[in-house]
Amino acid sequence: MSDFPWLSVLVAVPAVGALLVGLVPRRRGVLAKALGLAVSLLTLGLTIVVALLYRAGEGQFRLTEQYGWVERFGLYWSLGVDGVALALIALTAVVTPVVLVGGWDEAEPTGRSGKGFVFLVLVLEAMTLGAFAATDVLAFYILFEAMLVPMYLLIGSYGGPRRSYAAVKFLLYNLLGGLVMLAAVIGLYVQSATLRPDGGTFLLSELVGLPLSPQAQYWIFAGFMVAFAIKAPLWPFHSWLPDAAGEATPSTAAFLSGVMDKVGTFGMIHLCLPLFPQAARDLAPVIVTLAVVSILYGALVAIGQSDMIRLVAYASISHFGFIVLGIFALTSQGGAGATLYMVNHGLSTVALFLVVGFLVTRRGSRAIADFGGVQRPAPVLAGVLLVVALATLSLPGLATFVSEFLVLVGTFTRYPVAAVFAVLGIVLAAVYMLWMYQRVMTGPVRPTTEGMRDMRGREALALAPLLALLLVLGLYPKPLLDVINEGVAPTLSQVGVADPEPVQPATAEGASG
Amino acid sequence: MSALTTLDVRAVEPVATAGGVYAWTFLLIAFPALGALVLLLGGRRTDRIGHVVGTLASLASFVVAALLFVDMLGRAAEDRAVNQPLFDWLPAAGLQVSVGLLLDPLSMAFVLLITGVGTLIHVYSIGYMQHDPRRRRFFGYLNLFVAAMLLLVLADDYLVLYVGWEGVGLASYLLIGFWQHKNSAAVAAKKAFVVNRVGDMGMTLAVMAMFAVFGTTAFSGVLGGADQVSEGWLTVIGLLLLLAACGKSAQFPLQSWLLDAMEGPTPVSALIHAATMVTAGVYLIVRSGAIYAGAPLAQTAVVVVGTITLVMGAIIGCAKDDIKRVLAGSTMSQIGYMVLAAGLGPAGYAFAIFHLLTHGFFKANLFLGAGSVMHAMDDEVDMRRYGGLRRYLPLTFLTFAAGYLAIIGVPPFAGFWSKDRIIEAAFADNLLVGTCALLGAGITAFYMTRLMLMTWFSERRWKPDVHAHESPLVMTLPLLALGLLSLVGGAAMLWTAGGIVEWLEPVVGEEEHALPFPVWVLTAATLVVIVAGVALAWMRYGREQVARTAPTRVSFATTAARRDLYGDAVNEVALMRPGQRLTGSLVYADSRGLDRAVNGVAALMGGSSGLLRRVQTGFVRSYALSMLGGTVLVVVALLSVRLS
Amino acid sequence: MGTTPYLVLSALLFTVGAVGVLLRRNAIVVFMCIELMLNAANLAFVTFARLHGGLDGQVIAFFVMVVAAAEVVVGLAVIVAIFRTRRSASVDDASLLRY
Repeated sequence: MSDFPWLSVLVAVPAVGALLVGLVPRRRGVLAKALGLAVSLLTLGLTIVVALLYRAGEGQFRLTEQYGWVERFGLYWSLGVDGVALALIALTAVVTPVVLVGGWDEAEPTGRSGKGFVFLVLVLEAMTLGAFAATDVLAFYILFEAMLVPMYLLIGSYGGPRRSYAAVKFLLYNLLGGLVMLAAVIGLYVQSATLRPDGGTFLLSELVGLPLSPQAQYWIFAGFMVAFAIKAPLWPFHSWLPDAAGEATPSTAAFLSGVMDKVGTFGMIHLCLPLFPQAARDLAPVIVTLAVVSILYGALVAIGQSDMIRLVAYASISHFGFIVLGIFALTSQGGAGATLYMVNHGLSTVALFLVVGFLVTRRGSRAIADFGGVQRPAPVLAGVLLVVALATLSLPGLATFVSEFLVLVGTFTRYPVAAVFAVLGIVLAAVYMLWMYQRVMTGPVRPTTEGMRDMRGREALALAPLLALLLVLGLYPKPLLDVINEGVAPTLSQVGVADPEPVQPATAEGASG
Repeated sequence: MSALTTLDVRAVEPVATAGGVYAWTFLLIAFPALGALVLLLGGRRTDRIGHVVGTLASLASFVVAALLFVDMLGRAAEDRAVNQPLFDWLPAAGLQVSVGLLLDPLSMAFVLLITGVGTLIHVYSIGYMQHDPRRRRFFGYLNLFVAAMLLLVLADDYLVLYVGWEGVGLASYLLIGFWQHKNSAAVAAKKAFVVNRVGDMGMTLAVMAMFAVFGTTAFSGVLGGADQVSEGWLTVIGLLLLLAACGKSAQFPLQSWLLDAMEGPTPVSALIHAATMVTAGVYLIVRSGAIYAGAPLAQTAVVVVGTITLVMGAIIGCAKDDIKRVLAGSTMSQIGYMVLAAGLGPAGYAFAIFHLLTHGFFKANLFLGAGSVMHAMDDEVDMRRYGGLRRYLPLTFLTFAAGYLAIIGVPPFAGFWSKDRIIEAAFADNLLVGTCALLGAGITAFYMTRLMLMTWFSERRWKPDVHAHESPLVMTLPLLALGLLSLVGGAAMLWTAGGIVEWLEPVVGEEEHALPFPVWVLTAATLVVIVAGVALAWMRYGREQVARTAPTRVSFATTAARRDLYGDAVNEVALMRPGQRLTGSLVYADSRGLDRAVNGVAALMGGSSGLLRRVQTGFVRSYALSMLGGTVLVVVALLSVRLS
Repeated sequence: MGTTPYLVLSALLFTVGAVGVLLRRNAIVVFMCIELMLNAANLAFVTFARLHGGLDGQVIAFFVMVVAAAEVVVGLAVIVAIFRTRRSASVDDASLLRY
């Protein structure tokens, strides 16, 4: 049973499902959606199997598979998961059905087929899962680039009035990053010629520990980093996200910022750290600085937004700053926190985009000023928005707090000043989230919001699993953290850093177990 | 430093739970948490039983607390700390946080206050919120608050404490903004949360620093290892914890939210913004005594903050006409006393907690009394519209009077015992601080007498359509209970079963303070100052008529006090306006600068290719010419290479 | 007699053809001028074949003729088609494929 290619099947199921959805006649939209949902749930089930098998296995990468493709050139289809990848695969598998349910009717106003939406989302899921599971740099690169296409189509086909502008901007900006990364991939391949007599290799397992000159490390690292920083997005490469998220439908924006952008931060921890340890160590202060700027900049600009969806997008930029900060703090707590943050941010931002999307759909406007007093006609919706807002501002007891705290504490032990500045972000997060909540939900009911419908069954169905996960992972994150720790520890040892020792270690009996 | 050593022993090796009643410790939190869960998720189905469920949950918690208390009384002083580990929360390499409960005399005192006063206020709310369509939700929030507050005081780890710390902040946010349709309530709620978040920054940084220094955030590790750490680190952590305390306890300079928080329903003001939550800062400082023991600078800062706030709060209380805001100012001031005492180290910790408990009784009493008055006066809060109410609300008047005598410190009421001890300890520490504390007592007497006179005495100034009436029994019973506690609570705690000081000694230590003069001199002086304050108030508001509208031509001092001593103005000038400008300019820079730069690069590409494509004229003959030109060029190039 | 006159003739013919292509508007004339250039090239090929005493140049000349024939077929068809739709054989009028 252990030889069964679980990961390939995991990637193939949504891909095949997408094809099947494509075969459904255009008129049978509901059938297409139901089929898509079933496929995404099947993927979720497979993910659970993979997680169980992972727990039973050993080593850094588990469930590994490797098939030759053009072996002469070192090309393989090679998959495997470590703790970090498993966490993100689980996130993807959870979020996809949520997005499908949340965006059930979104295609209707545009007059386009719901079938296309389901098809594209499933294709995206397959590519994202593949990118998370890939242990081959070229395969990762191909999927990293290819997933731009379905997302481009999702934004460009189903979005708002300025959707084609946003879609083109998204595509070009990310292609630019991809181009730089391609150069870096080729550079890496050329450098890896020292490993094999007959050409280079793309296999991560062989590339880790590849002796590179510092100069080569810096350049190749920078090439990867630029692509990941654009995808993540990190200040100052962020300006495509507010446009793309603002013009896309809420569920598309949710998938974009909740799952797809995680491929960028995943790439940092998965490729940049182990492949270029010296560059990572040397350039970490620069990236930490950018991350802190991202945190504060995203939060401050979010405060000043008058458009709800753009506000959420800028909040995401701030949160991506935290993730990058945790990764490049190069401590166990920072790395574990950053990975957990990717999962938690995925959950909370998807929920936030969906809730805000429900509001926007009801009111027909994205301007915060067009709302007010919604809490009266729609108390459940208001309550859900509040919970999600609290998750976004990292209230202790909810999942996001755990990750944010770990990132901060991991940063503090190495870069205290950066941590102090980053902590300012928690105040700013409270300002932008609660101010938005106040302006949208509270105050006297306005004529325009008077008859607003409360949450419907389908909407509640989409959000319930996210809220439950946010709460459960906040109170008991241990199972997930254990898996993540297993993934982060080898990465950090490959970088060659150890956690800073406490100034005054607690006495033996003082340290609680 | 014998006190500290006691603490170390206690902190490092808490008696592990062997079972017995202590296995129920977690039930303290579980009952109200379950109540909150049922009420908030249950939806409309639980509307009819909401208040019963909420009150029972709180009551059940109180019963457990009482059982535990009785058992603890039977134990030897050094066996009273019990630890109940629950589960591993946050494992991340060097950082291992587990959730566990620590029940020791200090947390026991808090648990009794929270569940006891909490239950009374639950009962009171049944009547107070009777006509509110969202009463079920109100009780859900109250239960949430009780659960979070209990977690705060029972946690055995700073990070777990932080969860409770934010949980009470959330409950406070929800309850201040309970009447969300009022803009002022929503704004006040947000303000409270944001200002508290500034304090939370201190908390977060303190916990981070603890991990960096001690490698753990558990009380046992941090407090047990504090005496081996350099003073610099301890000072940093101490000051950060003080910042956190300032936020939660509305101490200077983060005091501005508390007065606005009075937008919430009155039971909330009584429970959260008087008796329990706002005293969390005091708990934090007392609990972290081992850190402050090694950081004299931080300790001085605590004293200074406490002293400033106690005077500030009292001055603000003098000028307000809104009965709840007077009480809020008074709360600030009284917590200032507690913080001041907590800054005095082991000499003051027990007194800080003592005053905290008595204040919990009498201030909850006063707030609920004010609520009862508002209930009678159609939610009017302006004291200038009250007057002569003692004949119409006799029960409320009696209990309110007990609270009044307690807060100004008339013997034998509760406040006398506790406040007197703090003033003593303050004089023993520093003459200036002592004088401020004494002065504060005088001002307290002044504004509370003013409140009493304007509300209960003087002539009636109500609107004609108001029908003043006594509140129903469900509201007056808690008032009576709290009135009784205001009367005897202080003496009882001081004199029974060895007294509060001895009770807390195993946790906070004890230190004799030496007064420069006999104690009776100070007690007498305090009483003289109080009498002076009362007399002054009587001359201003008892003898003379109270104007129905607030006089506009007043001294600068009054204007300043009415405007909360310009706390909001300073915030606005120093933080909000620059902040708005900063966000405004960043938004502008982002869309006009950064984004335009990105789009500019794209436009540059597009523009240059636009220029280049002009070459494609569509005229075949011009293409032919360019081909010819190219050919010629190539030929010339070839030839020049060949010939040279 | 040397081969120089043939080469000069070839150059002249080529120049005449090139100038014709560049200056004339009528598609048919342009087409014929192209033929002229091709044949000038053929002449040069044959001349060089003679000069070097090999057959390569002559072979290539045949290839050019074949290609030219094919070109005539396609080219004339295009010109006729354009003329039918636009009533004009001017190459300047057929400028739809500009930017």
